[in-house]
Amino acid sequence: MPFYVSPEQQMKDKADYARKGIARGRSVVVLQYDDGILFVADNPSRALHKISEIYDRIAFAAVGKYNEFENLRLGGVRYADINGYQYDRRDVTARGLANVYAQSLGTIFTETNKPYEVELVVAEVGEDAETDQIYRLTFDGSVADEHGYVAMGGQADAVAQSLKDGYREGSSLEEALRTAVRALEAQDSERHLEATSLEVAVLDRNREHRLFRRLSAARIADLLAAAGESGGPGGSPGGGDARPVSGAGEE
Amino acid sequence: MASHDSHTGRLPGLFASPDTSSFTEFLGAYSPQLLPGGRTPPVSRVGDEIPHGTTIVAVSFPGGVVMAGDRRATAGNVIAQRDIEKVFRADEFSAIAIAGTAGIGIEMVRLFQVELEHYEKREGRTLSVEGKANRLATMVRQNLAMAMQGLAVVPLFAGYDEERDGGRIFSYDPAGGRYEERDFHSIGSGSVFARGALKKLYRADLSAEDAALVCVQALYDAADDDSATGGPDLARRIFPVVAAVTSEGYRRLGEDEVGALAQAVVDGRYDSPGGPTAPLR
Repeated sequence: MPFYVSPEQQMKDKADYARKGIARGRSVVVLQYDDGILFVADNPSRALHKISEIYDRIAFAAVGKYNEFENLRLGGVRYADINGYQYDRRDVTARGLANVYAQSLGTIFTETNKPYEVELVVAEVGEDAETDQIYRLTFDGSVADEHGYVAMGGQADAVAQSLKDGYREGSSLEEALRTAVRALEAQDSERHLEATSLEVAVLDRNREHRLFRRLSAARIADLLAAAGESGGPGGSPGGGDARPVSGAGEE
Repeated sequence: MASHDSHTGRLPGLFASPDTSSFTEFLGAYSPQLLPGGRTPPVSRVGDEIPHGTTIVAVSFPGGVVMAGDRRATAGNVIAQRDIEKVFRADEFSAIAIAGTAGIGIEMVRLFQVELEHYEKREGRTLSVEGKANRLATMVRQNLAMAMQGLAVVPLFAGYDEERDGGRIFSYDPAGGRYEERDFHSIGSGSVFARGALKKLYRADLSAEDAALVCVQALYDAADDDSATGGPDLARRIFPVVAAVTSEGYRRLGEDEVGALAQAVVDGRYDSPGGPTAPLR
C-alpha cells in the first residue's frame, strides 16, 4: 500500500543514515603547515588509502565507506587528467574538482535511496599559505571553504576541539604532525597512535612538478621524535626547525 | 566537460564509464575526438610540407640509459624550427623521444605521459618497463592509417629497470612492432649515420657522462651527413636535448653541461673532422 512520506522527513532520514555511517569510521585531519598542507589519517593499512594524490598540487582525503570514496577518488583523477590533457596542467584546480564532487554527491543524495556515507577534503597547495585552498565536502554535496585545519570522521567534534586548541599558523612539519596525532588520539581516551598506524602525506610547495608525497613509517617516527624533543606544539617555536624539512627523495 | 555530465541525473560519466585505469581507453569512451587514433586520415598522401623531427639516439650504460635528440624540424628543404624538443620525460623512470611528423608525435608523447601518470595514480603502482613499452606500441599502432598517408611517427622509449639496475631501450615500427634494442639505438632520418658512430664509440663500461658524450658525438655525425639533422648551434647556444634515466630518476642535463660537451665535440672536430678514430685492430 503506498504511503506518504514528507520530503523533509525523507531528507532527514537520509542525512541521519549517512551521518551514522561516517561516525563509525576513524578520523582524518588536514592542516596547513609552513611548507604546505599535511594529511594525517588514523589508518593502519598500507594498501587501502584514505589520502591520495589527484594532481600536481591537489590531494584528496576521505572518511566513510571505502568503495564509495574510492569511486569518487578514481573519478577525480579522471577529471584532473582529462582537463590537464585538454587544456594545460595549470588549468586543473581544486575548486573545479570540488564542484564536480559537490554536483555528484548532491545528485546521489537527492535522487537515490541510499546516500553516500562519505566526507571528503579536496586541497590544493598554493605558492604560500594565503593561497592554499581546502574544501570540505559532505554527503549531501555541501561545500565549505576551510582555513587552517579540518577534522572529519568518527568523533570529529572531539578531534576538531583538540586541533582548535593545538593548531598554530605557520608551524613546522614536526609540530603540525604532533598536533594532528594528538587530535586523532582525542577520538578515544585510550587511543595511542604509533607511526605504523598512521597514514601521512603532504603537499609540499617546495617540491617540483608533483607535490604530493607520502611519508614512510620511519620518517613519521623520526618527525614525531623530533617534535617530542622540542616539547611538542606548546614548546619553543624554533625547536622544530632545527631539522631541515627537505626530505627530497623520501618515500 | 559539462556537456557530458549534465541532465543525466545520475553519476557523471567520469565516475560511471568503463572501469579501466588506461587514460586512452577512457578517453576513447568519453571524448573520442581527443584521441589521435579516432581521426579520419587525410584522403590523399600528405607531402613533406608538415614539419618532421629527425634524429634520436639512446645509449645504455651500467646503471641507466642516456637519450638525446637534435633540435631541428624540417618541412621539405626548409628548416621549420631550429630549437624543437623531441626528447621528453615519460615518467619518473623513463624517457620518450619521437621522430617523424612532429605534431602527431608531440601529441602522442603528451598522451603517453598522462597514460603513465593516470595508471600510477589510479592503481597506486607504476607499470613495469615492459608494460609501458607495450602500451606505447598500441598507441603507435593506432596511428597506422595516418602513417600510410605520410604522417608516420616512430618513438624511441628508454627506461630504468629496477630489477636489472640498468637501462633498457625499445624501438618501434609504424605498424606498432616493438623491439628491444641492445646497448644503443638510433631513429630518424640521420639514424644511419648516428648508428655508425654509436657502433664505434660504444663501450660496455661507459659512465653516465661518457654515454652523454657518445650521444653528442653520434648526433654530430648524423648532422654532418644528413641535411635534416641539426648540429650543435654554438652561435645561438642551441644544443641537443640530453636526458639520463637512472635509479635517481629522469634528469635532463642542464644547458651548461650539454654546452660543454658540444663545445668539446666541436673543438675535437677541428683536429679530426671525422671525429674520434677507433683502433683498427
